[in-house]
Amino acid sequence: MTAYTATVTVRLKHGVLDPEAETTKQALERLGFELEGLRSADRFEVDLEADSADGARERASEMAERLLANPTIHDYDVEVDER
Amino acid sequence: MTVSIVRFGGSNCDRDAKRALGHLGIDAEIVWHGDGLPAETSGVVLPGGFSYGDYLRAGAMAARSPIMAEVREVAADGVPVLGVCNGAQIGCESGLTEGAFTTNESARFQCEHVYLRVERDDTPWTAAYDEGDVIEIPIAHGEGRYELDDDRLAELEDGNRVLFRYCDEDGSVTDDANPNGSKHDVAGVLGERDTVAVLMPHPERATLPDVGPTDGQGVLRGFEA
Repeated sequence: MTAYTATVTVRLKHGVLDPEAETTKQALERLGFELEGLRSADRFEVDLEADSADGARERASEMAERLLANPTIHDYDVEVDER
Repeated sequence: MTVSIVRFGGSNCDRDAKRALGHLGIDAEIVWHGDGLPAETSGVVLPGGFSYGDYLRAGAMAARSPIMAEVREVAADGVPVLGVCNGAQIGCESGLTEGAFTTNESARFQCEHVYLRVERDDTPWTAAYDEGDVIEIPIAHGEGRYELDDDRLAELEDGNRVLFRYCDEDGSVTDDANPNGSKHDVAGVLGERDTVAVLMPHPERATLPDVGPTDGQGVLRGFEA
């Protein structure tokens, strides 16, 4: 067994309205920043042990499917690093 | 014959629901989620509130609690299930109904009276109304914007699963009358069976005559059927 950290990034699917990101963008503009767009995402860092990086990725993906992301509105990706 | 109102940590409309149902002569009791559904459950209310502090996403945690497996089971058997506000978010998160209720277009919590157009009058929840009726019911949510991809929304509409849409006082469905940016103005939808429904507005807050309009009574009468 090897120790891994699986990083799960959950973001809204393309085209789904993100009012919080829009509000954040407006706040940055009020502070005088110039920007064309802003997207936000949630990042989860999951420490786990697995036989292989693929095994760790598979388990983290299942976590995303079943809880961390809502497939109706979210896409997600998983990156795995040895700890 | 008792309606179970499922209380999660952070539910706060459970007592309102009990009182409103009681006013209509419908026997109901509050059930702690950890105790499971009583055997004599004749209906289920998933009440409003902020279960688990809306952690992760509104309704996400409650939707995955063990009692929801029981709720899905009885729902599949035809026991009426109504999700209101946070209960609607839980319903969608748990797969009882299609779609997701997410952050309002305004990015603000909105607490106001809205008008709903009744889209179906042949369900237990709307038998007291006629199709096209306009009812006044309050909303109180920060995450009530109905979201579903275009193809699945078209399927939902083709299958007549939309129960209520936001509208103006005259029943016109317009952008101005849509309080939260919900796609196609959807305020409430049916599950696979007509006996399962979720909606963001609060019928239990429009039931007791001493607190204002009583247009919500018809929805709760779905438990009499």
